[in-house]
Amino acid sequence: MSTIAVTLKKHRGLSIGLLAWLVGIVFFLPIAWMALTSFHSEADAATNPPSFAASLTLDGYREFFGSGSGASPWPALINSAVASVFSTVCVLLLALPAAYALSIRRVKKWTDVLFFFLSTKMLPVVAGLLPIYLFAKNTGMLDNIWFLVILYTSMNLPIAVWMMQSFLAEVPVAVIEAAQIDGARLPTILARVVAPIALPGIAATALICFIFSWNELLFARVLTGVVAETAPVFLTGFITSQGLFLAKVCAASLVVSLPVLAAGFAAQDKLVQGLSLGAVK
Amino acid sequence: MTATTAPYAATPVHTMRQPSARLRAWATRAPLMPALVFMIIVTQLPFVATLVISFFHWNSLYPKARHFAGVDNYRQVLTDADLRHSVWTTVLLTVTVVLVSLVLGLALALLLDHRFPGRGVVRTLLIAPFLVVPVAAALLWKHVLFNPEYGLLNGLLHYVGGPQPDWISTTPLLAVETALVWQWTPFMMLILLAGLQSRDPEQLEAARVDGANEWQVFRYLTLPHLRRYLELGALLGSIYIVQNFDAVFTITSGGLGTANLPYTVYQSFYQAHENGLASAAGVLVVIGSIVIATFALRVVSSLFREEVSRA
Repeated sequence: MSTIAVTLKKHRGLSIGLLAWLVGIVFFLPIAWMALTSFHSEADAATNPPSFAASLTLDGYREFFGSGSGASPWPALINSAVASVFSTVCVLLLALPAAYALSIRRVKKWTDVLFFFLSTKMLPVVAGLLPIYLFAKNTGMLDNIWFLVILYTSMNLPIAVWMMQSFLAEVPVAVIEAAQIDGARLPTILARVVAPIALPGIAATALICFIFSWNELLFARVLTGVVAETAPVFLTGFITSQGLFLAKVCAASLVVSLPVLAAGFAAQDKLVQGLSLGAVK
Repeated sequence: MTATTAPYAATPVHTMRQPSARLRAWATRAPLMPALVFMIIVTQLPFVATLVISFFHWNSLYPKARHFAGVDNYRQVLTDADLRHSVWTTVLLTVTVVLVSLVLGLALALLLDHRFPGRGVVRTLLIAPFLVVPVAAALLWKHVLFNPEYGLLNGLLHYVGGPQPDWISTTPLLAVETALVWQWTPFMMLILLAGLQSRDPEQLEAARVDGANEWQVFRYLTLPHLRRYLELGALLGSIYIVQNFDAVFTITSGGLGTANLPYTVYQSFYQAHENGLASAAGVLVVIGSIVIATFALRVVSSLFREEVSRA
């Protein structure tokens, strides 16, 4: 009797495992197919039924990186890197002291301030897009990557403040007091005491800010053109492309997604916590 | 209550020289100010400007004809059939994507809550769709999967002798929704998985000892526990999907009745140069978001209070 129950339980576990694998593969299939297609020649890519065994080539990547026709993606990739890295640095510089005031020093009505930051995240981008566009146009900041850096900083700052205040709340107060008694001032305390202890949390915050900036399209589409074009804007050039460029489209999509995929895989757990604004641990 | 009554600040750190209470309050606040001032300037000021512009007739191609219009723009936005349709599209798109990805995400989270060989790999496979750059994901669906001639979907249908529909032109909104559900299901799964793993194992054990079956455990223990995580997923998902631009812009370019409000706002000022009208539509998006946000803040603050009281 009990052996039957055990076998049943074993098989149930097995079928759950198989089902999970099946669903996982189905969800991943589009990405796997995109990767495979990116290594096919354009002729092999655009066939029906799909050719699984077609020979592999780097032509799609060569096309994408501009040895063929079309503009080089390098300026766009570099712009995206600049916008993402610099806005992330700005976010950290602004969010770390703010989170310190909200979690360790606990300013008056700190929960209200925290909720103000969150509420700005709920203001849709389109609500301020036109004045921002007009401002950029009138001050000559249109098609300027540094203007995008400022906007991405404001886009990610609320999330960063939320995440960081929950990470900093875990820094033991005694350590900070000891530093204060030794005569350390705020910048020293932040850089020498708080930052090293909260480093994993700060790194996760930085990764999420980087991902969001790298992915952003609406601001970049409206505010950049030739010079400051970012990678997602570069990708929109493929929106109307026809079957002849399928391998190139796949190569482009993968190359642009690669930094985010790498960052996301590296920080799976922290990703949830960050995206749910620290509410889920 | 002042900040200085916090337990740790009460320790006499500065015994040599006591600054006034007001000065100390400012010193406490100072590190917060740069972030706060920056956010107010970059997010609140533009919205106020949008609000002001929404009361003007203003086509940027005819800047001299700009004049105060009262609520005309709002009247026009609310009576314009296209715009009303885009309001409806926004609601439909958001509700469908959030609900479907939430249900799928719940099913996946329940699966991944079990132990099986390669669980970590499956989890990584499932997260991947959420990590593809949104424009790239939309391109992937548009060209690589949905294309009627060489797309993977019709390619697979070909093997079973199925029909070969042109997905995007026959079911445009469904095409956008499918791509978004694929991207957002992993997000819902991650939140719900975190919720499942925060259940009290002793409580589950006790329920099983008392003879509760799988369904009863799910219905009376797991689901009530997950309620907040479901709400959190739904509300965060709504905030992002209400604002979706990338998928609509890439897959259908707002055509075939798939233009949602963000796309319409983008189009009415970027292509039609109707600044006043675009602003009025933008303000309406904000009002819609405030309705969602009010609920969102309530949910997040309840989770947050729980955390604070735990600490």
